Amino acid sequence: MHIFEFIRPPDAAAAIAAAAQSKTAQQGADVRFMGGGTTLIDLMKLNVETPDRVLDINRLPLDKIEATPDGGLKIGALVRNSDLAYHPKVQKDYLVLSQAILNGATAQIRNMATVSGNVLQRTRCVYFRDTAMPCNKREPGSGCPAITGHNRTLAILGASDHCVATNPSDMCVAMAALEATIHVQGPKGSWAIPFGDFHLLPGNTPHRETVLGPGDLITHVTLPAPVLGSKHLYLKLRDRASYEFALASAAVVLTIAGGNITRARIALGGVGTKPWRSPEAEAALAGKPANEVAFRSAAEAALRNAKPQSENKFKIELAKRCLTHALRTAAAS
Amino acid sequence: MSDNDPKWRPPNPTRRKFLLTTGSGVAASMVAGYVPALAKDAAAKSNSAQTSGGPNIDGAVPITLRINGKEHSVRIDPRTTLLDCLRETVALTGTKKGCDHGQCGACTVHVNGRRVLSCLNLALMHDGEEITTVEGLGTPDAMHPMQASFLACDAYQCGYCTSGQIMSAVALLKEPCGPDDASVKELMSGNICRCGAYANIVAAIQQVRKNA
Repeated sequence: MHIFEFIRPPDAAAAIAAAAQSKTAQQGADVRFMGGGTTLIDLMKLNVETPDRVLDINRLPLDKIEATPDGGLKIGALVRNSDLAYHPKVQKDYLVLSQAILNGATAQIRNMATVSGNVLQRTRCVYFRDTAMPCNKREPGSGCPAITGHNRTLAILGASDHCVATNPSDMCVAMAALEATIHVQGPKGSWAIPFGDFHLLPGNTPHRETVLGPGDLITHVTLPAPVLGSKHLYLKLRDRASYEFALASAAVVLTIAGGNITRARIALGGVGTKPWRSPEAEAALAGKPANEVAFRSAAEAALRNAKPQSENKFKIELAKRCLTHALRTAAAS
Repeated sequence: MSDNDPKWRPPNPTRRKFLLTTGSGVAASMVAGYVPALAKDAAAKSNSAQTSGGPNIDGAVPITLRINGKEHSVRIDPRTTLLDCLRETVALTGTKKGCDHGQCGACTVHVNGRRVLSCLNLALMHDGEEITTVEGLGTPDAMHPMQASFLACDAYQCGYCTSGQIMSAVALLKEPCGPDDASVKELMSGNICRCGAYANIVAAIQQVRKNA
């Protein structure tokens, strides 16, 4: 592991000032915030991340879950995944989020991992994690061996000629469907980012994964007021029954009145280069009777632009069936 | 003496003691050679409340860790994981290093009563926090109920993953977990057992939960 200086900033302002000196907040940052460490320490051991300074933010007062005046929920950046998943209000009003988190990682990792760290979770693409291999995300311009190599688990939506890495987060898929907002404090002040605008498509700059710049600190995530009577489901399909990343997953938030779908929010995981909200599937469901025809046509719409890699053509049908089954199960719940 | 005798206790020489006392000189020197000099130094002082050790290298920083109710003041390289600090600096080798990347659970310890992976934590992140390792759970004469249950249910083969399994299992008792085996399996999925003692591990945990 690259040697670094370990600093515990006394407050958010000091953390932001120290991080603002980094050349970038993206891949290869020389200053990193340390949350739970479950991604960062792993990547530092692999020399994929080599910060000169590590800022331990774990003792900043950003660990509360609070109601917002508009009936929503404010989730501090340092709330641990397990605390969020088991929170009574999340289990009651945002069940899809609780289910998504509990479908990810393990009890130990969920006790460590923070909400903001999960938002910033890095891909599991084997080439990204191996410094002996080229990788455009890790070393811009070095090439993407995944395109012709091991890509069974990689993206079929949102990939480019430069990168086909999947976003591995489960939590983010639920947050995309719940239309969360990410709140950031940085050297230039505070601002709010709609969840769908936070992660970037790889394009020809796969080393840029989010809109964050040096010194930008996620302080909290907010969820809008829950939709009364909505049906929630997170369905995850994977190679093992537990402790495995998704081959395909679906987060579904449905409102049904008189047998018709009045509102649908849909996001997919395991298939996209970012947490994959599907406005196409939502449009295909809006106003339709809640039946198999509507569910399957939504799945067809969600995957219409999918492009398989050499090893994962199966993911297109898998993702369609995953979404269809999630819709069917949620509607019947 | 038999398994049916309620007063029966299994013979409990530790593997380390066994090798040191009955093994050949080669075995003994292998074990002695395995324990780093500084760790031995720390172990020798372990009767006092304070231990000091760690490499005297450039950039080492002082830290006080509270482990199993005892304070340990040590100097460590900032890169030292909690796992390496426990094993190599404080000489508490009950916590095991399996994959060192958060994939196997062998290094599971408790921080402030919650189970975490000590391999994906820097020791420096934990000054002042309450760390519990398997050494703090029970003793051979007064085992934690989970340790006794693992023994009674034969919930291990080679034993390498066992301390991590037990630390996870003890934490699970306080977590929201359904009554069925499937719920236990799901919440124990972060602890891999290469020998495949899973069925007995689940049985050991369920026995403790039933008696709780």
